[in-house]
Amino acid sequence: MKFLFDSDSWQEIYGSIRKNKLRTGITIIGVLWGIFLLVVLLGAARGMENGFNKLFGDFATNSVFVWTQSTDTPFKGFQKGRQFSLTMNDIEVLKSEYSKEIKLLAPRNQTSNLIIKDFQSGTFQVSGDYPVLDQIQKKKLIYGRFLNENDILSIAKVAVISEDMYKQLFEIDENPIGQYIKINSIGYKVVGVYEPSNTVNFDGDCAYIPFSTFKKVYNTANKVDWMMITANEGTNIEQMEKDILLTLKGLHKVHPDDERAFGSVNLGKEIGKVTGFLTGMQFLTWFVGIATLIAGVFAIGNILLITVKERTKEIGIRRAIGATPKSIRQQIILESVFLTTVAGMLGIIFGSLILFFIDAAVSNNDDIPLINPTVNIPIILIAFVTLIVLGTLIGLIPAHIATVVKPIEALREE
Amino acid sequence: MIKIEKLHKSYPIGKDSLHVLKGIDLHIKEGEFVSIMGSSGSGKSTLLNIVGLLDEHDEGKYYLNGQLIDKLNEKKAALLRNKFLGFIFQSFNLISYKTALENVALPLYYKGMARKERLEIALEYLDKVGLKDWANHLPNELSGGQKQRVAIARALATKPKVVLADEPTGALDSTTTDSVMDLLKDINDEGMTVFVITHEEEVAEQTKRVVRLKDGLIISDEITAIGKAKAI
Repeated sequence: MKFLFDSDSWQEIYGSIRKNKLRTGITIIGVLWGIFLLVVLLGAARGMENGFNKLFGDFATNSVFVWTQSTDTPFKGFQKGRQFSLTMNDIEVLKSEYSKEIKLLAPRNQTSNLIIKDFQSGTFQVSGDYPVLDQIQKKKLIYGRFLNENDILSIAKVAVISEDMYKQLFEIDENPIGQYIKINSIGYKVVGVYEPSNTVNFDGDCAYIPFSTFKKVYNTANKVDWMMITANEGTNIEQMEKDILLTLKGLHKVHPDDERAFGSVNLGKEIGKVTGFLTGMQFLTWFVGIATLIAGVFAIGNILLITVKERTKEIGIRRAIGATPKSIRQQIILESVFLTTVAGMLGIIFGSLILFFIDAAVSNNDDIPLINPTVNIPIILIAFVTLIVLGTLIGLIPAHIATVVKPIEALREE
Repeated sequence: MIKIEKLHKSYPIGKDSLHVLKGIDLHIKEGEFVSIMGSSGSGKSTLLNIVGLLDEHDEGKYYLNGQLIDKLNEKKAALLRNKFLGFIFQSFNLISYKTALENVALPLYYKGMARKERLEIALEYLDKVGLKDWANHLPNELSGGQKQRVAIARALATKPKVVLADEPTGALDSTTTDSVMDLLKDINDEGMTVFVITHEEEVAEQTKRVVRLKDGLIISDEITAIGKAKAI
């Protein structure tokens, strides 16, 4: 170990590196590239993971959406292809039967209408909702508030509109709160403006009005277009989804094996697919990164081998004047470790810089799902230590070869 | 100092083997100035390599400083070389990216000497060979004679018992040959054993004892005129 802290060992390495600038440069680039790729790829993968997490962030990830389609199996005297809809009765039944599993249940009715404000107009989605929607899919409000219980109870003609609708229907800087817009010729007071989430979005530009108001205005009676359910912590959502669909099939006289009658999306499952993809990507990142790293280390070994061949004569001279095989070996291994270490450090620095620039470039761009691309320091340290260990091991080969040649043969070499 | 008895050495060439040394007996005492003469292929270089522990002999006995040399491992050989032997080569064999001073200091580095100390000693020896002012020059900035003088300084730096010179003047013109030989004579006058290999009569004449080799055998071993003069 003494030779590690001996300034002479380093003097020797400095001398041999200075003599072979190009070779040293190329070697360093090989390893630098490996660890650089590892850092950047890991950072990008992490950034994407963060990005996707944010994408789903507004949604409760344990949500199930259910709507009706048409039956594909005749049952109890009904022909196939029968159309039907969910009802408020279903909601009540589900709420009482699955009180343990269901955390929130939001029925919704939806239509599309012309919305007019003074001389401006546009066609938008109109959706009858309960305030609970805000808990399933968080609404970012720029002005005012979201729907509340009072609106439902008083069947108030109020609307929460999207930012785009506000821009289209109102003057710049006009305060929309308390103003009236006409939806299907009926006036509604605007109580809030929300910023559409740039993440997963089922609603598009949608004006939210109280469910009770929607029911009265559009005469939907008991009908419910679709519903959103979020489950309590610890519930098996897939099982709950199956059970709920079975209950609904029973209520609507649908064959239990009917695949088409109800449509449903389990957000948890969909997210699971994406996280699976991300896990796969991370695995790929590790694989590519480590493979590149190993290739880089082999390049160092290879180049040191060439150096040893090139320097056979010099090694012969050194041995003739009294260098022991051990001292020759130590010097070559130290050179290998030194090169890998420097290359590794440079790679980490450049990789981090690139991540920094990527972060600076995309952090303000919501279209790219890449947020805070970082790499864990322990992971980097592990990669770094591995690199040094590999550098030592690979240095053993040329070091051995350097000492295997007899000094007399080495001296004869030209 | 050097005692060789019935030394044999052969090199395998393909299936055959080339018998280079066919039973050499040689005894060199401390302080002698010996030259080995012989045409190429006579085995003189092989002899020097064996004496210099750069190669191993097949048969016979070799005593260096009273120690029997037999099946040395590389580490021991390196230590003995460092302790007892100094080498001077025909092609100088300086390390090209090190200055004259560093080249001279290198054997001291392998001896484990501290940097400051060995650079001081190296400078002393460079001064001795008249190259103090060239200490910080690289070998390719020096003339052939200067290079060989650096190599001699390097060989002397560890204060060896024996200096082995393989055709030390082979690459030099006559003027520089003389200066190198004068240097070797000075070294010998200080009591060091000097062992020179050469094929030049003029060089051999300047030593005290000439051993002639032919086809792997010693054909003559005589004291030169200078040797006789010194002995008296």
